[in-house]
Amino acid sequence: MTHTSLVKIEGVNDKNDTSFYLGKRVAYCYRAANQKKGKSRVIWGKVTASHGNNGVVRTKFKRNLPPRAMGDRIRVMLYPSRV
Amino acid sequence: MTATETKHPRYYPAEDVKPTKAVHKVKQNPPRVRKSITPGTILILLAGRFRGKRVVCLKSLSSGLLLVSGPFKINGVPLRRVNQAYAIATSTKVDVSGVDVASISDDYFSRSKDAKTEGEDEFFLGDAPKPAVVSDQRKEDQKKVDAALLKAVAAEPMLEAYLAAQFTLTSSDKPHKMKF
Repeated sequence: MTHTSLVKIEGVNDKNDTSFYLGKRVAYCYRAANQKKGKSRVIWGKVTASHGNNGVVRTKFKRNLPPRAMGDRIRVMLYPSRV
Repeated sequence: MTATETKHPRYYPAEDVKPTKAVHKVKQNPPRVRKSITPGTILILLAGRFRGKRVVCLKSLSSGLLLVSGPFKINGVPLRRVNQAYAIATSTKVDVSGVDVASISDDYFSRSKDAKTEGEDEFFLGDAPKPAVVSDQRKEDQKKVDAALLKAVAAEPMLEAYLAAQFTLTSSDKPHKMKF
């Protein structure tokens, strides 16, 4: 069972605005010294719910994020698209 | 014997024969496609080799995937299937009534069986990626479909340039506020 991480999406400052991002896939990309199919690695996750009133969003990753990801960049994809 | 008595049949099977159960046929509904996606809608592809490309949706296939074409001459996207979850439907539409895609279905895209025949040499060469060979049939179908499509695209001002341009997000963009 994975834990929830909180993600602040740029430009999203309201709870209503988060509805677009619910369900969207999310990726934490990082580099590592030992190459495994390339220098960069990804932990995939998805946006599960909104958190609070100011646009923060809850996400769950396939594996929990490492502590050094706090304050680090996360990529929010535009898929699965509901538009 | 009176008329009301049931007459036992002379022959009956040694084992009890179970009456056949009523078979509930599973009804397959046609796959659901978003209302915003209709033949002629311009889609933005979100993932895969052609991510960011703007592409014309030709029809929805029975598997639920969308049949899509660049047109190939404009942005290099061939006749291809796309999952609607990986496409944003824009409000721009092209008239594709003149495009004949009735013959193209999911079977058109199935992999050819003879790709598996591997000789000894190939086995020892290892996993070198084989160059993709586009069959002549595909090229012909592409030309046929695009001929009608390009006419429809040329009818609208700036549409060709729009399809050639890629969709990108820059720093001040807010997808949740965009009207696609």
